[in-house]
Amino acid sequence: MAYSDKVIDHYEHPRNVGALDKDDSAVGTGLVGAPACGDVMKLQIKVSAEGIIEDAKFKTFGCGSAIASSSLVTEWVKGKTLDEAASIKNTDIAQELALPPVKIHCSVLAEDAIKAAIADYKKKSG
Amino acid sequence: MTALGKTTRPILPRAPGAPVYLDYQATTPCDPRVVEAMLPWFTEKFGNPHSRNHRYGWEAEEAVEKAREQVADIIGADAKEVIFTSGATESNNLAIKGVAHFYKEKKNHIVTVVTEHKCVLDTCRYLEQEGFSVTYLPVKTDGLIDMAELEAAITDQTVIVSVMAVNNEIGVIQPLAEIGALCRKKGAFFHTDCAQAVGKIPLDVNAMNIDLMSISGHKLYGPKGIGALYVRRRPRVRLVPLITGGGQERGMRSGTLSTPLCVGFGEACAIAKAEMGAENERLMGLRNRLLGGLKQRLPEIYVNGDLDHRIPGNLNISFAFVEGEGLMMGVKDLAVSSGSACTSASLEPSYVLRALGVDVEMAHTSLRFGLGRFTTDEDIDFAIDHIVEAVEHLRAMSPLWDMHLEGVDLKSIEWAEH
Repeated sequence: MAYSDKVIDHYEHPRNVGALDKDDSAVGTGLVGAPACGDVMKLQIKVSAEGIIEDAKFKTFGCGSAIASSSLVTEWVKGKTLDEAASIKNTDIAQELALPPVKIHCSVLAEDAIKAAIADYKKKSG
Repeated sequence: MTALGKTTRPILPRAPGAPVYLDYQATTPCDPRVVEAMLPWFTEKFGNPHSRNHRYGWEAEEAVEKAREQVADIIGADAKEVIFTSGATESNNLAIKGVAHFYKEKKNHIVTVVTEHKCVLDTCRYLEQEGFSVTYLPVKTDGLIDMAELEAAITDQTVIVSVMAVNNEIGVIQPLAEIGALCRKKGAFFHTDCAQAVGKIPLDVNAMNIDLMSISGHKLYGPKGIGALYVRRRPRVRLVPLITGGGQERGMRSGTLSTPLCVGFGEACAIAKAEMGAENERLMGLRNRLLGGLKQRLPEIYVNGDLDHRIPGNLNISFAFVEGEGLMMGVKDLAVSSGSACTSASLEPSYVLRALGVDVEMAHTSLRFGLGRFTTDEDIDFAIDHIVEAVEHLRAMSPLWDMHLEGVDLKSIEWAEH
């Protein structure tokens, strides 16, 4: 499959790969997807006292588009408020990366990962 | 090194920067010796092989008939039993539809296997819509059929049994001689898709009781766009043609033959027959080198399909915790194939691996390596380094690998399937 340069760039130079301490109350962790479907994304956000996402990390099992989508959203969520991050749409991700139609699914997963990480953070911080 | 250094195997130079080709089950390059044999038949010897009126035609006809003998020779057939087609897909269609249609008043049942090539499965599905009944046999975890199940599946209504010789994804070899003997005993025709087998394993249509055999030119270093169907004459197999017209190929496949393609295909068969023994030995060495090298350096890798009943040029490996397409992108200096769903429009991973009972998770992590005539030791060493590096890089990025290292049983997690 011919990918856009942006997908290839994120695949070859993934941003923010790694993990944050999931027990830290300032950290929200989202784990979405399933091995049986061929993609699993783990997205973590670290939220400041002011409610700003100050750090984000990801780990992804998946195809090039899945890796690129998760890498892209770690860049996008940083510096945003939770509400701003939650408003990121899969269509924005798909458009930015010029994902082919069969890969739209990867961008949906990335959107879900953000929402899951935010929900986890909110649950932890009560 | 044994006799390999002494074979006439030519070297095919790779363009600068081009990936190392390890996808010989998808297609093979034309052997330069094949191309050389073909060239005159495009230009100065351009006659229509069916023109009976002048030397141009006679000369072309003679070349086509020589090619037909070369093709027949590699499968132990008589040249009269070889029909040229456009390739194995057409041959499979002609064999199965042709026989089914010819004998439909007498018998209406077909037996095939779930791991067959799509062109066999789709042909059978098509015939089901016409009212034929089809049994799709399962395979064992090693990829081979169970002979007792085959025996139980064949009834007095079974007109044809179609079982591929060598699987295109996992390279496993079905027990052709046993299947042939059983079909003969039960009075069903035996068709075998030998696209991946001809030139790779010894084949003999008489010893194996094969009634119809599909062959592809481009899988054995011949040109693309040509193949053949072997159709047994005694006992005679009759079929309804797919393509009607001038009555070429004994009425079974009309259309002007392409002399250069026939010549190249014939030459490819002759070369493969002469070199098969030494080449298989060489390929076995390369495959062992590849598998050994990977196993030594990477934990959690699994070979899919039986390793012993397999052509030497195939390896299909699951690299646990790394998705196949993602891995394929990571080894961009290698040309390989993936059984991953992410390479296809459907969201299901390889139906062949699933048929072996490979977990759907593992089926997503597989790569197919096809080794062939122009693969070298250097290619294999390069591939090992490249794959190890990519797998380690991607595992470091894989949440599943982390869980595995932490001892989490991935099956115990309630995944949000989507």
